[in-house]
Amino acid sequence: MNDKLYRIVLFATTLIMPIVCGGIVYALVTDAYDAFEHFGFLKFLTSSEWSYTQGKEQYGALPFITGTLMTTLVALIFCIPFSLPVALFVGEYFKGTRVASILSTVTDLLAGIPSIIYGLWGFYTLRPIIIALNISPQGSSVLTASLVLAIMIIPYASSLSAEFIKMVPNDLKEGAYSLGATRAEVIQKVVFPVAGSGIFSSYVLAIGRALGETMTVTMLIGNTNNIPNSITSTGNSMASIIANQFGEADGLRLSSLIAIGLVLFMITATINLIGKIMIKRARIS
Amino acid sequence: MESVTPILEFKKTCVSYTKQTMAVKYVSATIEKNTITAIMGPSGCGKSTLLRAVNLMHNLYPNIRVDGEILLNGENILTMQAIDVRRRVGMVFQRPAPFPTMSIYDNVLSGFTLNGIKLSKAEKDATIEHCLKSVALWDEVKDVLNKKGTFLSGGQQQRLCIARALAMKPDVLLMDEPTSALDPIATKHIEELLLELQKEVTILIVTHNMGQAKRISSKSMFMYLGELVEYSDTETLFSNPVDERTKAYLTGKMG
Amino acid sequence: MSTLKIKNRLYRDKLMLWIVCILAALSVGPLLAILGEVLLRGYDQLSWSFFTEPTPTAYKAMKAIEAGERIPGGIANGIVGTMIMLGMAIVIAVPAGILCGTFLAEHSNSRFAQIVSYLTDLLQGTPSVIIGIITYIWVVVPMKGYSAFAGSVALCIMMLPLIIRSTEETLKIIPASLKEAGLALGGNKARVMLKVQLPAAFGGIFTGILLAISRVIGETAPLMFTALGCSHIRFSVDKPISAVPLLIWEFFNDPNLQELIWGASLFLLLFVLTLNLIAKYLAKKWNQ
Repeated sequence: MNDKLYRIVLFATTLIMPIVCGGIVYALVTDAYDAFEHFGFLKFLTSSEWSYTQGKEQYGALPFITGTLMTTLVALIFCIPFSLPVALFVGEYFKGTRVASILSTVTDLLAGIPSIIYGLWGFYTLRPIIIALNISPQGSSVLTASLVLAIMIIPYASSLSAEFIKMVPNDLKEGAYSLGATRAEVIQKVVFPVAGSGIFSSYVLAIGRALGETMTVTMLIGNTNNIPNSITSTGNSMASIIANQFGEADGLRLSSLIAIGLVLFMITATINLIGKIMIKRARIS
Repeated sequence: MESVTPILEFKKTCVSYTKQTMAVKYVSATIEKNTITAIMGPSGCGKSTLLRAVNLMHNLYPNIRVDGEILLNGENILTMQAIDVRRRVGMVFQRPAPFPTMSIYDNVLSGFTLNGIKLSKAEKDATIEHCLKSVALWDEVKDVLNKKGTFLSGGQQQRLCIARALAMKPDVLLMDEPTSALDPIATKHIEELLLELQKEVTILIVTHNMGQAKRISSKSMFMYLGELVEYSDTETLFSNPVDERTKAYLTGKMG
Repeated sequence: MSTLKIKNRLYRDKLMLWIVCILAALSVGPLLAILGEVLLRGYDQLSWSFFTEPTPTAYKAMKAIEAGERIPGGIANGIVGTMIMLGMAIVIAVPAGILCGTFLAEHSNSRFAQIVSYLTDLLQGTPSVIIGIITYIWVVVPMKGYSAFAGSVALCIMMLPLIIRSTEETLKIIPASLKEAGLALGGNKARVMLKVQLPAAFGGIFTGILLAISRVIGETAPLMFTALGCSHIRFSVDKPISAVPLLIWEFFNDPNLQELIWGASLFLLLFVLTLNLIAKYLAKKWNQ
């Protein structure tokens, strides 16, 4: 093979990426166009009506945007108290030891479990507990979905945070110890401030994962098309409404679902882009 | 002869990394108050290891063992709480490492912050001014105290780290090749500074550089393969070394 | 400083260590709980016929339950469907991903490569349900029907960024001296890449491929709108087909078939976790 052909083949294959990504945006925009045109872009985003009665069709994305934001936020709150200790365990306290490598293997495996199995576990194990605790009568709620979601994003947040915690220079830590600090004080006053932006960016990426998670949420959130008025009530996320209704939808409803997909795509793309840029910055400094 | 006050005493101090290898072997020596003592020797001779034993840096690494005694004002530090010892024994490292997330102001005060000691604004300002003046950095940074310490030059950063250690008013200041990462001019500044500082604090300095030891120290140790080979007045050690190994080192046949 | 205050600080230091250890240990809980539940409820369903027979109809299952018997049948249709779709996805995604990753590694400074690199991140972060929508629009609508082919396109799009990344990263850490030695011997760039660099990067790329497979094999959402599902074993590419995760979703929604969930989940979980462990082991071995 000569060099010229080699270069052409490489370049041509690489063109797949812009074509695929461009195609995604193009397809979503053209197919969502009907819904936006019919309801108006802003009206679609801010309306909370979702009814598909023939002739009186009315679709708005607000309940699902709210559902997605709520599940993600609650999941994040439950995730931090576990992912941060895991990161400290692996990246600082037991850095480089066998226990640390076992723990990081286990969390990596958590990331590998298919989301439908998380959903099953949530449905058959967690849901009865939620019912028994009288938190929600059917056990399906924003909270139920968020709890499982929290477990699902622990590995994403902890492995990247641990990487940044590991990168804190030993010089700085010894400097702090030499001034008489305890380990806890070194972690609070040196490790966290220095690794802070990196840790933060790993949570941004974890949020990116949680926003688009589909099956788990679909199986646990209760699938009602209303704005959840508390974390114990049922609802739907953007991903779960699509999973629920895409197969049976056509016409304006299909277009509305695709429009929700477009909004979800834009939100996750933005969050991921911010996260990646932050990680690059944190790595350089 | 003026009477000497011992401040630090090594009594058969040993440091071992694993069961077989001893990095420091049975070092016994007495350090006088308000002097500069230089520790010399070829690389790997255990000089940094000995120095780091004094503020219990080895406690951070579970597989390092320190045996024997190290007395600070008569108390054996090996049986004391590390955080207590480290406040009384300051340390300056090879590479200047001011805390990158803190301003110059906060860097000088970091010892207090890290130890959870609250100071009033007036106390803080006084400490800052005193410490930065004693490391001759005050005039250069007094207008940029809120800037990050990492913007300073290498020599300035190292002086900031010395100020940081001095702020805790230590009895002893340990310096682990503090000028090896600096250019000759910055090195000269630091050396002049140390000669001034010995009035306030006892300095134990590890150095690679024989000239430096000769210029600043009143006492010198020569270590080889973990042993303290020779310890005497700097002048005597340089002009009239007793041991063959010291002679070899000083004449450049070793290290 | 007073001894009391020092004691207090040391106490807090210890406390923090304990809290970190306990919370970190608790984080292991979910994996054990999930694995344990799926194992306990699923192990007695696994039998030879479970892997060789297709899903029973709801009616048959209902009859069996009424008679107090084990539900007949298994998940063979899902396994066959998963293998077919995965196979087609691999055939396209692996070579394309490797070539694209090679390009990114070789031109890491060019503007175009940087854009493609961002697009790779973008695609990797795109929720799988959106990949499902896209494939529906691209493939299902023009072909006027759900098909195994559509499912494999969805899986392929999801695998691509993972393979691109692992190829790029592995090639970047291969010593430049290797490439230079190859060029110095008179090989042209293409030859050096094919005969020297890619073989040297094989371990890393292979690990990436395994991880990509384990990532997509459990995907449900993108297959729901593309492969749809099918209750018997099928080998054709242009017709709806089943997959193991799709079956789990069906069993979950059909009260008569619920008993089959755990066997299917156990199979899927063990498969995915084993792939993950192998990949991790290979990565470690390769790094040394």
